[in-house]
Amino acid sequence: MSARIEIRTDICTGCGICISACPFGAISLVEGLAQVSDACTLCGACVEACPFRAIVLRGGGEGAGDLSSWSGVMIFAEQRDGKVDRSAFELLGAARMLAEAEGGPVSAALFTSSGAEGCSALFEHGADTVYLVESPALRHYSTEPSCRLLCRTIALAKPSMVLAAATTTGRDLMPRVARLINTGLTADCTGLEFDQERNALLQTRPAFGGNIMATIICERTRPQMATVRPGVMKAQAPEPGRTGTVERIEPLPGELDSRVVLREFVASTEGSVDISEAELIVSGGRGMKSPENFALLEELASLLGGSVGASRAAVDSGWMPYPHQVGQTGKTVQPKVYIACGISGAVQHRVGMQSSDTIYAINRDETAPIFSFCSQGFAADLFEVIPALIREIRRRKG
Amino acid sequence: MDYRLSEDILAIRELCSDIAARHIRPIREELDRENRFPAEVMKVLADSDLFRIYIPEAYGGLGLGSLALCVAAEELSKVCAGVATTYAANALGAMPILLSGSEEQKSRFLPGLASGSNLAAFALTEPDAGSDAGGIRTRAILDGDSYVLNGTKQWITNGGEAKVYTVIALTDPDRGARGASAFIVEDGAPGFSYGKKEDKMGIRASATRELVFEDCRVPVANLIAREGMGFMVAMRTLDNSRPGVAAQAVGIAQGALDEALAYASQRRQFGQRIDSFQAIQFMLADMATQVEAARALTYSVARMIDSGAKRFEKEAAMAKVFASDTAMRVTTDAVQIFGGYGYMKEYPVEKMMRDAKITQIYEGTNQIQRGVIASALIRESASKDRK
Amino acid sequence: MRIVAALKQVPDASEVRIDPERGTLIRDGVPAIMNPFDAYALEEGLRWRDALGGEVIALTMGPPQAEAILREAISLGADSALLLSDRAFAGADTWATSTTLAAAVRKLGNVDLVVAGKQAIDGDTAQTGPGIAASLDWPQVTFVGRVVEMTSGKLVAERFVEAGVEVVECPLPAVITVLKDANVPRMPSLRGKMKARTAGIPCWGLADLGLSEKETGLEGSPTRVVRIATPETRAGGEIHRGSPEELASILADLLLGGAGR
Repeated sequence: MSARIEIRTDICTGCGICISACPFGAISLVEGLAQVSDACTLCGACVEACPFRAIVLRGGGEGAGDLSSWSGVMIFAEQRDGKVDRSAFELLGAARMLAEAEGGPVSAALFTSSGAEGCSALFEHGADTVYLVESPALRHYSTEPSCRLLCRTIALAKPSMVLAAATTTGRDLMPRVARLINTGLTADCTGLEFDQERNALLQTRPAFGGNIMATIICERTRPQMATVRPGVMKAQAPEPGRTGTVERIEPLPGELDSRVVLREFVASTEGSVDISEAELIVSGGRGMKSPENFALLEELASLLGGSVGASRAAVDSGWMPYPHQVGQTGKTVQPKVYIACGISGAVQHRVGMQSSDTIYAINRDETAPIFSFCSQGFAADLFEVIPALIREIRRRKG
Repeated sequence: MDYRLSEDILAIRELCSDIAARHIRPIREELDRENRFPAEVMKVLADSDLFRIYIPEAYGGLGLGSLALCVAAEELSKVCAGVATTYAANALGAMPILLSGSEEQKSRFLPGLASGSNLAAFALTEPDAGSDAGGIRTRAILDGDSYVLNGTKQWITNGGEAKVYTVIALTDPDRGARGASAFIVEDGAPGFSYGKKEDKMGIRASATRELVFEDCRVPVANLIAREGMGFMVAMRTLDNSRPGVAAQAVGIAQGALDEALAYASQRRQFGQRIDSFQAIQFMLADMATQVEAARALTYSVARMIDSGAKRFEKEAAMAKVFASDTAMRVTTDAVQIFGGYGYMKEYPVEKMMRDAKITQIYEGTNQIQRGVIASALIRESASKDRK
Repeated sequence: MRIVAALKQVPDASEVRIDPERGTLIRDGVPAIMNPFDAYALEEGLRWRDALGGEVIALTMGPPQAEAILREAISLGADSALLLSDRAFAGADTWATSTTLAAAVRKLGNVDLVVAGKQAIDGDTAQTGPGIAASLDWPQVTFVGRVVEMTSGKLVAERFVEAGVEVVECPLPAVITVLKDANVPRMPSLRGKMKARTAGIPCWGLADLGLSEKETGLEGSPTRVVRIATPETRAGGEIHRGSPEELASILADLLLGGAGR
């Protein structure tokens, strides 16, 4: 006997709360009583919602039941004003790799105000299918519409894996979706691997401030959901002209309604700082001693055509604004060259920059942990070395 | 040492230690350098109920007594004696009302002091009347339903910051000390103004100022006890507050010892940690022993007061003398352990040594305290002989 | 206002050490603290309670020892506290945790607002807040850097997102998760500490919440940790010493001479 939703007609009052609670639009009122249609995915959202406990999820016992009907990888493509975020291409890079091991297709869910450009970019970066919802109401991300749409898209496409970027958007949306469709979600992954033997996605992520790496699986339910740290996965080089199928989904009445209303959006002036794309980063830590001293690093960075980063200690002290922060609680960066100045190299910083091609460290304290993993270390006072370095570079550049 | 402190007092210790770590340590160096009054810290102490400790429950306090106040003062002093002085001076200013005020005066003034919305100050010292408190000149003359005050008080902690001042003035100069009376003067009273703010060696976060009375009118209702009782009110106040000064000294000393211990374990000379040298070890051992002895004496006197003892001026003086001399010695030794670094303002022990000095001086110099102790000894001995 | 502050007890991450031989966390002697982000959540609840009246209920799920952070919450001004503790709750992932916490909020009844920290410093998932909102079918506002306005029916908040600040309006009841920018948490008060010592803290288990074992704890958790490892580290290279000029010259060679560029 497979699992099913049972409405206890002796208790149901026909209040209709379950109708709005159902993410799949599978419940309607028939003769004053709730009735479940075939669109039901057994997610159980209605069971939770019913104030009278008149809805019961029966039997099955095997969670979502037949796991084999789910296959492929779906990514949630973040966008603003029709422009797809770079993180979506990184996700597609990871998705292609996973799909190869798993054998299913790669799809993208794109909910946007205008999708044409986004669709082709997603195809060029590796999507086979784009599930597209287009509406002026989707210009900005909003939790509830995206949540309903993603729940429905997942029910339609039945992907085995769903990935989103671990941005404020991904981390707002995915937990709500995962809770509603009753499946597992792993946050802020830095490693994804498909285990063919287990037929499971191995999701690896740092925990305890980066002190440990935990690998997590979602065995009994589908899809397997993960948010992925931006800057960690590699996007594939775009294949110009590559295309795929656009599956248009028309929003249902009320599906784009949102209780939370965006009154205003103030774009950050610091938003232009994206150190995660810099090829060279000069970063300062507690050893910088004061905000004024960061001018030294700015000067060096501009000479070398790079950006300035900072450790948590420097940001917490108010010496640099948060968008510059590198580390577990800041950005993950992978520049070609990372110059750490007065940074001790605690694990929380290390996890954000250890994938840099080359790391140079300048620190007075020879016992600082940074010297145990940098490419070349300079045991010296940065306030002496950096001005000398600036002079030397100026001299060589003429 | 385990003093078997009550849970309430342990809670005070934890709270003060947390406040000191979060709100005082980060700014103590700046407060000291800028000679700045820590109004924001006083707000935190008020919101945390710490001004309620020594005020009876009937007036919005917690009625936790002398030992509780000592523990609070000690904990704050470990991190900054200037802030601790500002806090403890409120207890000193409130004490005349608490010990000798009328029911009406208590209900009028104590709730505001308990909540911390008003600070208090005690004003006895004058330019020509320091150790010789009997030499005060400030006059109070009855005129209708008010007294008219004229004179100047000097080195008044919380001067200019407090709203409530307890002031000792002469109502009958011919009777000397017996002609003094105690008054409550509120900030803003006509004829009451503040003189210059002092630039001190230590406890620089605390405000020390002159109070100037020029035909200052104070309602008769603000006379504490009766005319002529002023000197007695002042002495009772000081007897009760001395364990608090002792506790501050214990805190300063403990703070310096903690810094010295931490430094000695970090600093390497001759290829090893300096706390591996016996010369340093013996200094640390002596410092710790003295601090513990000072704390034990201070707590004992505070407990004696809390248990209802009537006379404790000798014991209070002993605690003040011993603890403040200990603070001076221990902070000096802490600077010594830090060596050249200890002499630099970059490290906190230099400030602690400057702060420690005042505990040997204010609320009765240690010479006066020794006089108090000696007269009590001689008096006790004589009374034994008579038996 | 009836505000629930959802709190978590976590090991103090600044004290966590790794056993270098076995690659496991050394938890012995690591103090358990209130999740630092949750302190801001509690403060936000207290602020609006102070402004609008009502009550703040501190809520946590955890072992009996987790009661300590509830007492801390009371010392900071929470009016009451509720512990969810049951063997059946152990091993919960964020799905099961949100289900359990949401069941408690539902049973408490008439709650206007659930406030949680952005994330917990042990798991760093940021998933429980939205999970609670989903379970209750309430709206959610996550990554709140400032609550601008609150009335009995709605709130206005600023979400700090990558590209800027969203000012959103949300009807109550709702779930919000706050950042450290939201406020400056207060110190406990002495009267709060005295009250916290003796306050009775009810403990609800599986039966009280009307949940089944299939939806809580390990059994109710769709995800499972299968491996714990220490992060790979790269080997350290040469350390240069010398005069500033010598070092600057070596660095300039590396930076301009083609190495890595």
